[in-house]
Amino acid sequence: MERLRKYGFVAGFLVVPLTLYSVFVISPYVQAFQLSLTSWNGYSAIVRYVGLDNFGRLLGDEVFWQALRNHGLLLLALPLTTLVIALFLSFLLNLGGGARGAGMRGVWGSKFYRVVFFFPQVLAVAVVGVLFQAIYRPDEDGVINGLLAKFGIEPVGWLIEPGLALWSVMAVMVWQGVGFYVVLFSAGMAAIPKDYFEAAAIDGAGRVRLFFSITLPLLRDTVQVGWIYLGIAALDGFALIQVLVGDKGEPDGATTILPITIYKNAFSFGKVGYASAMGVALFFLTVTFAVLTLRTTRRERVEL
Amino acid sequence: MASRDMGRPRPGVLSGLSHVALAVWALLIILPLLWTFLASFKSNSEIFGDPLQLPGALRLDSWGRAWDEAHIGQYMLNTVIVVFFGTAGTMLFGSMAAYVLGRYRFVGHKLIYYYFVAGLAFPVFLALGPLFFVVKQLGLLNSHVGLILVYIAYSLPFTVFFLAAFFRTLPEAVAEAARIDGASHTRTFFQIMVPMARPGLISITIFNVLGQWNQYLLPLVLLAGAPDKWVLTQGIAGISTLAGYQADWPGLFAALSMTILPVMVVYIIFQRQIQSGLGSGALK
Repeated sequence: MERLRKYGFVAGFLVVPLTLYSVFVISPYVQAFQLSLTSWNGYSAIVRYVGLDNFGRLLGDEVFWQALRNHGLLLLALPLTTLVIALFLSFLLNLGGGARGAGMRGVWGSKFYRVVFFFPQVLAVAVVGVLFQAIYRPDEDGVINGLLAKFGIEPVGWLIEPGLALWSVMAVMVWQGVGFYVVLFSAGMAAIPKDYFEAAAIDGAGRVRLFFSITLPLLRDTVQVGWIYLGIAALDGFALIQVLVGDKGEPDGATTILPITIYKNAFSFGKVGYASAMGVALFFLTVTFAVLTLRTTRRERVEL
Repeated sequence: MASRDMGRPRPGVLSGLSHVALAVWALLIILPLLWTFLASFKSNSEIFGDPLQLPGALRLDSWGRAWDEAHIGQYMLNTVIVVFFGTAGTMLFGSMAAYVLGRYRFVGHKLIYYYFVAGLAFPVFLALGPLFFVVKQLGLLNSHVGLILVYIAYSLPFTVFFLAAFFRTLPEAVAEAARIDGASHTRTFFQIMVPMARPGLISITIFNVLGQWNQYLLPLVLLAGAPDKWVLTQGIAGISTLAGYQADWPGLFAALSMTILPVMVVYIIFQRQIQSGLGSGALK
């Protein structure tokens, strides 16, 4: 009886979440893999299987390669820039006050800085995109160009120069993301025992030495998590680019990315099968990236 | 200058430089937001004039226009409805599933747990096309109910993953005592385990509220045909496109300010909880 009651309870608690999750999450994913093998256009009653044709076409699709190149650039530069800035700022926040008396201290006002730095993280990416449209305007009316004009510098086409557009987009991602990692690293740094720094400082290690010899090695795991998060962000970018630059990948394919290409193929061009194949490619890219990062950055742990 | 004798002769210099670096980054964040806020009171020509200029007069009409004509009021209400029910549903069903998967041993409990967690590995863009047709077939396209159910479903993997681990850490003795006193499984959950799991539940609620409040892709796909049902993120993006045609830039910046301000107020009040709530995503 008790056993039966337990099973009834377990089943009762699982039925709704399992149903919702199966219908709206798992079944679309399964269908996506299936549809990637078809030429379905989104409305016809007949679904024709074309084998791996979609994937073959993908390999010859210039837009796809353009998107991959852009993701590659983002994948390298976005985590690197964000993490370096965040590590630098959180080091200043937590240890910049120097070692006086009873150990390392944070700088004055570090709480205020942390609150400010983190704020962009809670703003919607779409809102940030609209905000930066005004800042990046290509003529002298843009905020940055207006400021540059004061120094007699010609307006820069931040989002319309092919060589510059993706970097401008990336700058916004960094602007929004750094605060999150500052908070993350600060928590990590707070967990490092104070006597480590004291001992090193007594031995005459400067702040730069402290950072590279103590802080960084002990934060290794946190940095790794950050790298994976930012890598996944580099394979997304949908909301920001869609709002900031538009969905045509202008200028000249410089901001073409897979998520927007998938969205357009599925909903504007009626190429649901092809879009699904691209989604499958994106899935394997994401998984490959995560596995590679975990494997290459794994080394013997520093035990505290 | 890697000062070997830090803290002794010139402690002020390095600290001073630290402050410069920190202040520069703080200004980079504050200035664009402040500029947006000020621009909402400016006229069109002032907005496109000198960026350092203050508004000539405190024009409040742009705020009225943004609220009514640009429907920010409507979008705000829609967002509150969707996020409220979305998060409430996520927390209810997510904690129920997490509790059962975290604390009960039955045939297939591991399998079901991994079934949920697997959802974390897939990019949502992969599901986008089929999801649209699933929702359409259920007749839930362009409806808040549809969007809410989809929000709940997509929030479940992380919620279950996080909360199952949390429920597992709770002591068995209390649940045992309740059972001996004759409390049913359901009662034990709602009256004993949920209150004990409060810290974890709060973190993950904040995580879900923010995630759903800021969601842009899913409403874009699922509410495309019903502009009166749009949520804020979608509405703001729409207004930004329109502002170009109507040349109502102050209205756009008023709309932006109106979206940012409530978030800022909530953030300042709950910043500690929000930082740890979002951080919980990374520090599994």
